Order: sequence, then C-alpha cells, then structure tokens
Amino acid sequence: MFCKVNSIGLRGMDGYSVSVEVDIGEGLPGMTMVGALSSEVREAQDRVRTALKNSGYHFRPQKVTVNLSPADIRKGGTGFDFPIAVGMLGAYGALDMTALGDAVLFGELGLSGELKPIRGILSLVSKAREEGRRRCFLPKDNAAEGSAIGGIQIIGVESLRQMTEFLQDPDRILESEDETEEDREQEGYSVDYAQVQGQFLMKRATEVAVAGYHNLLYIGPAGTGKTMIAERIPTIMPSCTPGECLEISKVYSICGLLPKQGKLLRRRPFRSPHHSITGTALTGGGRNPIPGEMSLASGGVLFLDEFPEFSKQGIEMMRQPLESRKVVLSRVSGRYEFPADFMLVAAMNPCRCGYYPDRSRCHCTQQQVQSYLGKISKPILDRIDICVEAAPISFDELKGMVPQESSARIRERVERARGVQRERFLGSGLTFNSEMKGDEIQRYCGLEKEDQQFFREVYRNMNLSARAYGRILKVARTIADLDGKEQISHQHLCEAISYRSLEEKYWNN
Amino acid sequence: MEQLTREKEYLFWLSGLPSMGAVAMRRLWDRYHSFEKIYNIEGKELAGLGLLGDRAREEFDRNKNSLEKSREEYEKMKEKGIEFVTFLEEGYPGRLQPLHGSPLGLFVKGRLPDEHRPAVAIVGARDCSHYGREMAEYLSGALAQAGVQVVSGMALGIDGAGHRGALKAGEDTYAVLGCGVDICYPRSHFSMYLEISERGGVISEQNPGKAPAARNFPMRNRIISGLSDVVVVVEAREKSGSLITVDCGLEQGREIFAVPGRVMDPLSQGCNQLIRQGAGIVTSPEDILEVFRIHMEKKLILDEKIENGLAKNEKMVYSCLDLQPKFIDRVVEESGLSLGECLTLLLELELKGRIIQTASHYYAKKL
Repeated sequence: MFCKVNSIGLRGMDGYSVSVEVDIGEGLPGMTMVGALSSEVREAQDRVRTALKNSGYHFRPQKVTVNLSPADIRKGGTGFDFPIAVGMLGAYGALDMTALGDAVLFGELGLSGELKPIRGILSLVSKAREEGRRRCFLPKDNAAEGSAIGGIQIIGVESLRQMTEFLQDPDRILESEDETEEDREQEGYSVDYAQVQGQFLMKRATEVAVAGYHNLLYIGPAGTGKTMIAERIPTIMPSCTPGECLEISKVYSICGLLPKQGKLLRRRPFRSPHHSITGTALTGGGRNPIPGEMSLASGGVLFLDEFPEFSKQGIEMMRQPLESRKVVLSRVSGRYEFPADFMLVAAMNPCRCGYYPDRSRCHCTQQQVQSYLGKISKPILDRIDICVEAAPISFDELKGMVPQESSARIRERVERARGVQRERFLGSGLTFNSEMKGDEIQRYCGLEKEDQQFFREVYRNMNLSARAYGRILKVARTIADLDGKEQISHQHLCEAISYRSLEEKYWNN
Repeated sequence: MEQLTREKEYLFWLSGLPSMGAVAMRRLWDRYHSFEKIYNIEGKELAGLGLLGDRAREEFDRNKNSLEKSREEYEKMKEKGIEFVTFLEEGYPGRLQPLHGSPLGLFVKGRLPDEHRPAVAIVGARDCSHYGREMAEYLSGALAQAGVQVVSGMALGIDGAGHRGALKAGEDTYAVLGCGVDICYPRSHFSMYLEISERGGVISEQNPGKAPAARNFPMRNRIISGLSDVVVVVEAREKSGSLITVDCGLEQGREIFAVPGRVMDPLSQGCNQLIRQGAGIVTSPEDILEVFRIHMEKKLILDEKIENGLAKNEKMVYSCLDLQPKFIDRVVEESGLSLGECLTLLLELELKGRIIQTASHYYAKKL
C-alpha cells in the first residue's frame, strides 16, 4: 500500500516542502530509503523501526520503500523521523490518514517512541503556513516555539502512541486548545546606562553610533569599561518590531539557541565571541550551512573585544557582510543567505602592554604602538565611522555619587534621530545615515559657508583622507539629527571631527 | 698638503675597520705618527707590541688589500659633500682636541659647531612625555635665539624636540649620529635631517654608509657632550642612555643641568636624581644662559602664555589644561561645559596651535 505525508525540511534560513512517500509491497523484506539523504536521515530507518516496535506495533516483514521528494535536494537533520514513522503506519493501513491531508509533521524519534525537539522550528512552521497548511504536528517541547508564528494550529505530540490516539479520534485534535497564550515576556534588560559612571565621551559616541547605525571602535586600557558600555548598547536601540523579533529568533531557532520555553526573543542580541573564533564560526558554514556569529548578532550588536587579536581571515570575512548586511554562502548544493544586519562594535588596547598613553607605565616605542594599531586591516577600518578613546576612571567616579542618565532617555533621543532618518531616506532604499554614499552625502550633509572654510582648514592641517571626509560628514549628519536640527552646525561638525577614525588621529605629531 | 691628504686616506681606511676604536687608533698614532706607516706594518708586529687585539689584527691584515676600494669610497664621499675633518687639521673642534678618547676624525655633512659661540647639548629619553617634549623644544628655541648652538643626537623624543626648537627659531643646530652621516636614523626624522644638514651640521665618527648599531650609540654620546659646553638632560628614566652622556660630560668637565619633573614620574627620576647629586636645575632658559654670561633683555616667563585673543569659553577650557595631557572627560568635568562644546573649543584651540592632542582625546597646552 502507498501513503504520503507532508513535512518540511530546513535549508539555510528557510524551509522547503518535502513529501514523505512510503510504499509497502511484495519482495524481500527490508527497508530502502531514497531521496538524496544525508547519513542522519538514512539512520532514521533504524530509529523508526525500533520506535514503532516499542510503541506496540508489530508488522509483517515486507519490502518498505521510503522516498523523500523532491529527490534532488540533499536532506539533512533528524526532523523526518516522525513523518516517516507515521507514513509507515499509514502504508500498513494501521491508521486513518484523512486528518493529515492539510497537516505537516516533523520531529525526531527516540527508540522508545517519544518525540524529541528539533532545531529551526520557526522557519519550518513559517513555511508550513506559507504553504497553506492548517495544522502542524511537532514535538511537544517545540510546541511553544511553533505557536509563536500564529495562523496555524500547532499540536505538540509527546510520543508516537499519542499520535495514533490523535488520529483515531480526529475531533479531539480540533478541540485541543490553542496554545498561543499571550503572556508576552517583557523585553526589559538587566543592564542600564544608569549604572555606568563617568565615561562621557564613550557614552556620547555610543549614542551617536547607535542613532546613525555607525560602526564603532573603542580604544583604551583594560578595565575602563569598554565591555560594560558595549553590552548596554542593545538597551538604547529602538525596541524590536514583531517582524524583527521573528527574524532574530529564527536564527537562534536554527542554531538551537532559543530558550526552552520557546518564546520569541524580544531583546536585541549582544554577541561577544572570543577572539580565537574561526572565520567560519563568524560567517556560518558547514555542509548544510548554519548561521554564524554575524547572523546571531543580526538586529543587535556584534562586539569584538581585543580586536587586533582576531584572526585576519575572520575579520576580512566581515567586509562584504558589513556592506550588504547579509552573509551569502555558496556551496555546490546552492546559495545560502543568512542575515547579518548587525552593528559592529570593536574594542582594543592602545598598545601591546595596554597602558599607552600613560607614559609612566607604558614603555612601548612609537613603532610598537604603531605596529599594534596597524594590525587592524584598512578595509575594515574604513567601515568604522566612529572611534573613541577610553580612559581610566577616577575614584570619585567609581564611588558612583552622580546619578547617570538612564538608557530609556537615551533611547528616546535615538528613536527620534532614527525617525528623522526614516523620513529623509523614504523611498531611496537607505535607512541610516551610515549607509550614505557620495551623492547622498553631498545632498544631505551640506555645510554652511564658514564651516566649509573651517573644514577645509582642518582637512589640510590634520592630513585627512578623502574617506575620512565622507565619514566625518555622515557622523556630523547623525549628530545634527540627534539634536533635531536640519542644518549641520559648527558644533556638530567639530564633534564629528573628534570622532574621526584611528588612522587619522594617532601619531600625527 | 699632499702628505695630509694621504694621511687622511689611510685614516679613512683604518677607521673603516669595524673593531678599530678611537683609543686604539690613538695609541697607534702615538707610536708611529703616520697612518701610512701604520698601514705598511704587519699586523703581527703591532699585536706583538700590544697595540692590536687578536680580532683587530686579523681584520687589519685581511683588509689591507681593500685600500684601493677605500680610496674610491673616500672620493665618492667627498663628491657627496661629506667632509672628513681629522685631528691633524685646523678645522677640528677645539672642544674635542684635549679629550681622552676623542675621535681622530669626524665626518660632517654641513658644518661643525662654531668654536667661538656657546654650545649646549639637549638630551633625554626617546619615549618622552608631552611635558618633556615641550620643555626641550622650548628651551632649545630660547637658547638658539640667544645665540647658543644646540647639539643633540637626532633620536626620537627629547633629542628631536631639541633640534626642532632650534630649527623653528631659525637657528643652527648640530646632530651627532651613531651611524654614517649619509644615513638618516630614525627614518621619521628625515625632513629634520635635511634641515639640520643645511642649517647646521650632521656629525659622526662612523664612516659613511655604516648602518646604525646599538653599541655605537653610547660612543656618540661622548661626542655630543664633547662638542658642547653644557649638557641639559630634559627627561630620563633612572637607567637611561642620557645618563651616559652626563657621565661623559662630567669626565670632560662639562656643566650638567637637569630639568626637574614630578617626583612620581618615572621619566623624571633620572633628572631629579641628577639634581640631588648637584646638577644645575633648569627652571628657565636663563639658568643656562647665565653660564655664558648672556643676559636676556626680556625676562622669559615659562609659566603662562597670555590668554589674550581667546574667547571667554575658550579660556574656560584652556585654563583646565596644563603640560600633563588630560583626558576629555576630565576637561568636561572641570569646565562644566557639555561634551559637544568642549570638543568644539578644543578643536579650535588645536587649530590655533595653542594646545595639542598628544594621543587621541588627550589634550595638553603648548608652550
């Protein structure tokens, strides 16, 4: 007999429909599985057979053929165990399959017949909904996560035995309560800028960077609060829209990093990989590619502490994603796209010993300092608009007597500046000041006459490069937006000049 | 005359030998009174008299057939405008003549310091602080304007600042190198090197083409102090190469001055120690000029550049700064202005040349 069950496979960020076809016929007893399967899918036959046996089904030995169609896409993952098992039950005629006509199934089986959670549920369920399916059977542990999508009935299944009960009494399925409870977890963060004493410069530069989505570099000795300030950046980014939450959560779902309760992530991610990370772990990869740190940070902050210590190869791999805001991996099996819409925040020591410019402790020569700074590749530096120094904090600041501005207030300003940018770039394909190119810079970053004269003088005196020119104007635009001004003023310009990047300001004398 | 040229050629050859030092050459001279003669003697014999060590002897013999090449080099050097001044000539610095271990010949690009004008050596640490750099530049500028010739080693840090001060004042200054005078070391001082050789002189006892080697640098220090009447140390750690210059200077009977620094500052420990041991203390250029009985008409005040020409809030920011670099956050705290205002004012002051960013976002006054 023949039976067909619908499932969804995962490929990169998206799901694709798979129909699981099972046929039972005459011939030598045995089980054959076809359809471009990777080894973990092929292993399914043993898991399925044993799980069926342990769920109380004993079948006549016959020739079983399983095909996962389309047969030309390579299939990975363990999610096909469940549909294969159900398909076999259907093919042996043990179950009434009518209730499965507009349903999809996925899940991993244990030998006892219980269903185990799988990764990438969000992408799979989204695809199911797109395909117009009405219900979705998946492992109980994944049910909460799946229900986040909405618009499709999610049925969490504990075991094969429970599944057969469901199918014998289809009405119960329809009755089964919808589990999309609306107890939306608040998006609060446990950290806040109110906890950071002093460091006006770093905080201000961070605010500017977030407002215009500029990439950022902190330079300073250890223990000056670079990490502390960086990890609070998500708290001043505008809160996630539901669409963004889903996009962010999808990546985590694919990597199996969503919290157990399976709610969508409502906070912006802050990823801080160690500097020993490989290039592949940054971009994502593997034979069936899964997202890397750049994608995990998408929508939030990718913080690279000890920037010069990262492998050159890894850093260079960020060049293209920083421009296109996505990672594209090309494999023989096709192209995979992952989001990489992150804000790059890097931190580094000013020299090898870390104390420069404190000459009483730092003995590095000019050459040593220069060669340390020179470790950072030029092309990446070109993509970092703002660069600020961190200095050791005084005792008075540490005592924390002064009340500091809270993240919520900073965020208000950031959101206002973002609003201005949205309006400005309406219909132009841009979203942020940092994305402006030559034309737009000319159009939106005009200076007043005296300021032009002043900027010319600075340009000459400080040996700025053409690239720096554009960067300074973009940052000045953001500062003016934060200030709610249409015209870039003298002060905006001066502030932007002092955030200019590393190569221009170190060792000018 | 003919005789002198020949002697100089042979001395050129001899001083081109790597293990031949000034003292050894002097001993040879004292015995034979002719470099030509020395060349013609077997190394074995010289060694027998205890005038050459084993390695020097071997080198001496091995290089005898390179005399022709050495002559060519000598000619080439003269074409390049480098002079070779030996102790046999009038032009040799009178300050060096009586010293033990003084070089037998000096290579000069430009000219040697004037015998009749006072000369001061300004030396100090390479990785100096902003305070040291400013002090060196200021002192040498003031001294140069008063007619004093500034001698130093063209190294990074204090040395360079010393030369720069004199050059900025439009006066002559003299650099003594530890490598050949046709080599600019460090490279980053190339424009300074050109200017010095034009306006004053670049001097070395090393043959042209000789690459910088660590062991030559302490040696050149004795020439720096030897060519000067006074040695001023601006910044030096407790164990510093500048203190070698001081030791040489003391042996040569030079006056030693040191610029005091803060007690806690490791970069000033060498200087403060010198002062404790009796070196003169420099609080203004006049302290040094007094040695030469030069009196300034207008008293120089190191302390404060008049804040004239600054707007009110510029003054507010300017007065927060001193010679110790200060981080922007401190300026914001002390001035009570907003960060944006401070950055604006500081940038303007920087463009006006009143202050300097020593490292990014660290600001200090300029003297």
